[in-house]
Amino acid sequence: MHVVYPAVVAALLFSIGVYGVLARRNTILVLMSVELMLNAVNLNLVAFDVWLRDVLHSGQVLTLFVIVIAAAEVGIGLAIVLAVFRTRKAIELDRLRELGEP
Amino acid sequence: MIASLVVVLPFAGAVLGLLLSRYPHGRSPAEDLVANKRAAWFGVVPTALSTALIGWLAWEDTPSTSVLTKIDTGGIAITVGLEVAELSVLTAMLVGVVALAVQVYSVGYMRGESRYPSFSAFISLFTSAMLLVVFAADLLVLYVGWEIMGLCSYLLVGHWWEERANSRAAIKAFLVTRLGDVGFLFGIFVLGFAAGSFRIADIMAADIPDSTLVLATLLLLAGVAGKSAQVPLHTWLPDAMAGPTPISALIHAATMVAAGIFVVARLYVLFPQPTLDVLGVAAAIGMLGAALAAFAQNDLKRVLAYSTISQLAYMAAALAGGARDAAVFHLVTHGAFKALLFLCAGAVIHHVGSNLLGHMGGLRRSTPVTFWTMTIGYAALIGLPPASGFFSKDAILYGLERSSSPIQLLLYGSALLTVGVTGAYATRAWLMTFFGTGKIQALPEPAPGTAHVFDGREAPLSMLWPMGVLAVPALLLGFTDAGEFHLAPAVTALVVALLGAAFVYVIWRGAPERDPARLLGAFRDPCEQVFYVDRLYAAVFVRPVLALARGVVRADDHVVDGAVRSTGRATVGLSGLVRHLQNGNAQLYVTGVLAGVLLIAVGAVVLG
Repeated sequence: MHVVYPAVVAALLFSIGVYGVLARRNTILVLMSVELMLNAVNLNLVAFDVWLRDVLHSGQVLTLFVIVIAAAEVGIGLAIVLAVFRTRKAIELDRLRELGEP
Repeated sequence: MIASLVVVLPFAGAVLGLLLSRYPHGRSPAEDLVANKRAAWFGVVPTALSTALIGWLAWEDTPSTSVLTKIDTGGIAITVGLEVAELSVLTAMLVGVVALAVQVYSVGYMRGESRYPSFSAFISLFTSAMLLVVFAADLLVLYVGWEIMGLCSYLLVGHWWEERANSRAAIKAFLVTRLGDVGFLFGIFVLGFAAGSFRIADIMAADIPDSTLVLATLLLLAGVAGKSAQVPLHTWLPDAMAGPTPISALIHAATMVAAGIFVVARLYVLFPQPTLDVLGVAAAIGMLGAALAAFAQNDLKRVLAYSTISQLAYMAAALAGGARDAAVFHLVTHGAFKALLFLCAGAVIHHVGSNLLGHMGGLRRSTPVTFWTMTIGYAALIGLPPASGFFSKDAILYGLERSSSPIQLLLYGSALLTVGVTGAYATRAWLMTFFGTGKIQALPEPAPGTAHVFDGREAPLSMLWPMGVLAVPALLLGFTDAGEFHLAPAVTALVVALLGAAFVYVIWRGAPERDPARLLGAFRDPCEQVFYVDRLYAAVFVRPVLALARGVVRADDHVVDGAVRSTGRATVGLSGLVRHLQNGNAQLYVTGVLAGVLLIAVGAVVLG
């Protein structure tokens, strides 16, 4: 399989992720979009690992690493979302602007 | 060795007086009294010791040089040393005696003054500086003393600084003399670099080209004119009379103003003819102008101040005419009799409570001691035999008569005319002070800056003693050099002086209550205003400089500070715009980051 296919898929995934992060109001969906972006990167890593025939498979190793970090990140992120919901009864990103300049 | 003691003793007195007079500190009247008493001892004793040591030096009469240390500057070394020679011992004797008299005198004059300790300490410091100038073996050491004198003059003129006029006079004196001192310092540099040494003996022995000498001495002359109040830098001296009278006697009559003449006499071999001619022209103008100004003044101290300018110009004329010894002789006699005159004037002012001649009159009976001592002073000033001024003026006139200077006629004519005017103004002041009817009125409590009013009595003994002691040299000092006496110029001068005096006497006799200065007629106003020199300086120098200063202040306020302030304002304004971006929506921030990354990526691709 030519490397272009996974690369294009990864780019599409990444773009969807960026769109989600920038445009969605729901914090959980934003977190999910972040996951999409991470996975786009993972796809790239694996595809290029194969394409370049890396003996050490550093791409795959790095992918495992990213998956672990993503899991941790989602854990913390969801915890924050939960805490925010408990105190404010809302998880819409554009309503959480206490840190803005008046 | 002894010379260094002579210099250091008054300095130690000054330090002790400043540090210990008020120890432990207190401000109550009783403590003031203790402090004043202590300060008086700190002032009088070192000066007396120093004067005694100078007397010893004069007795030994052996020229000597002692070098304390040589400061290696990398360029030309500075020799910290003192040199004892005939001229320096003579001048130091004058300084010591007058300083001692003034110290004793001010004990009485400044009685009850809460700032007396600093006053007497500054006098001691001044004495030390003047002695340093007199004994210095190195031009830079001389310059140190020269500047300390200027500082002390400033401090003491402004002693009663509560009055604005006094502090202004002090600043004027400081600035004008400083103007001359810049020239003086550069003159020293030129001489030092030309001779490769700052030692006076080395410089005098060095072979310096004529053009360099002319330049250097002309620069020195600027300092001399500033310090000795010679035309065109004379304007500070009359204003400096705002200081206490003992200061006028010590600094502005007998010693500091004579320092300029002393320096010229000390370095006389270095002065080439062109410089002496410049000095001569300034002196010829100064002596007559100042004498005429003295005639029209209404303030007793100002009369004496202009008289000082005139007499200093006399010495300068003698130097210009080649009669160095006569100039030094007159320097010493003038120091004695002018200090005496000022001390007497202080007693008169003390008595009357006013400086103005118009408020005086008839003091002959109520203050006999002051009358007689001041009469001796005036006699010496006019040049009546046997007072000291008679002999020294005779020596100067004789010297000027025989002078080979190209401007000999100008010098001689001006000197002779001045003798006449001197007789006139001295007689006027004498008559208006001591004769006629008394005009003393009960004055209100005097403001700071004027002396205390005493009720119809003589001044206290501590003031009368110094006057009596100074009257002796003022009267008799002339006989020390009587061997050099020449009859013809003496008779001429005496006749001219008596002519001037008699003229004033006749005018005064006609109407004793009116000012004899009216005989000047329409010329009186220019004389009283000193030929509008002050106004001219104000128009030509002071006002443009002030305008320039205001312009600089405005530029500083509006351009420099304005730039700084508007930078701040612009930053605040811009940040006010930018802060609207910080609206709290994290997605907007991320959009910004992404836009930035895209921009950089596109930039890297396009430009890379």
